Amino acid sequence: MKILKVACAGTLESSDTYVELEPCDELEITVESVVEKQFGDRIKQAVKDVLSECGVECARVRVIDRGALDCTIRARVETAVLRAGGED
Amino acid sequence: MRRSMLFLPGNNPNMLINAGCLGADAVIFDLEDAVSPAEKDAARLLVRNTMRYMDLDGCEIVVRINSVDTDFWRKDLDTVIPCKPDVILLPKSAEPADIRLVDEYISDLEEKLELQKGGVQIMPLIETAMGVENAFAIASSCKRVCALFLGAEDLTADLQCKRTKEGREIEYARQRLVVAARAAGVDVYDTPFTDVNDDEGIVQDARLAKALGFTGKASISPRHVDVINEVFSPTLAEIEYAYEVVEAIRVAKEMGKGAVSLRGKMIDAPIVARAERTIAMAKALGLDRTEV
Repeated sequence: MKILKVACAGTLESSDTYVELEPCDELEITVESVVEKQFGDRIKQAVKDVLSECGVECARVRVIDRGALDCTIRARVETAVLRAGGED
Repeated sequence: MRRSMLFLPGNNPNMLINAGCLGADAVIFDLEDAVSPAEKDAARLLVRNTMRYMDLDGCEIVVRINSVDTDFWRKDLDTVIPCKPDVILLPKSAEPADIRLVDEYISDLEEKLELQKGGVQIMPLIETAMGVENAFAIASSCKRVCALFLGAEDLTADLQCKRTKEGREIEYARQRLVVAARAAGVDVYDTPFTDVNDDEGIVQDARLAKALGFTGKASISPRHVDVINEVFSPTLAEIEYAYEVVEAIRVAKEMGKGAVSLRGKMIDAPIVARAERTIAMAKALGLDRTEV
């Protein structure tokens, strides 16, 4: 899956995650989270897992987390990818 | 056993993650009215992941998909059926063909995904005048139909009347649905009571629904769940009476009597059937006879 345009998914409400994707020549992931100290690495790994499952190798990904569970983060990333992407 | 069914908006993670601890017998993940058209894609994946990863503590999972006159329902089913929800709630069910269309689509998915055939049930949501008129045909349209569900908000809009707390405008629809569902041998669920701040109103409305023969009632607020569960559970006096009926019948049979009376009233087959249902429900609720 190639990231063709800017797209976002999710909200900034409690227990949700806002994900923004845009085309880029490499993979850049930034995470802001209210639980960054405790779970920052796990959030980043969840984002990477979904990108990998979707076949996304290059993208600029911005994640603003409001204490979402893993299943929510994964859903929001996948939604953003499907909104931003197209087949290679 | 399904007494209470709680609607949860399909694109609200804060509500979905609490689905298993709100006390409802069933939760309805809503992909229809609670989700704007632009967010249908996001809601599908959020609901799918909630079903896939969350432990809902035995709570039954119902998914309200979009109606068959939209472009959304097939994608809804493509996304949620692999997670094997217990029930698909089909809005705007107006005729048997609507149910058969969804039945066939689910069957194809089950075959493709190698899932147990017929494992997912369908609950038609009756919320149009045409749906009420076709209630029995809809209830008996296919084996997957497990219950009818009355949706009064859309129905009253279709009937061009005002929705009131007293509900006189839906009396006919309520009774028609109970008769149709029972004739078809399926359960029947009442529409939610929409004033979440009227604590007495929900009690009265739930009692009315039970008195009419509904199996249970839906809710749009977790605040109503406990009341609905209580109203639709047998009371201790009802359980005690049910055991007395069964015991009286057993003794009568042993003595070779054809008829028996209890507390001055003749016990006949319908009373025995009701007693057996009460005992079955008490057992399902974990109410042991020693508590009576």
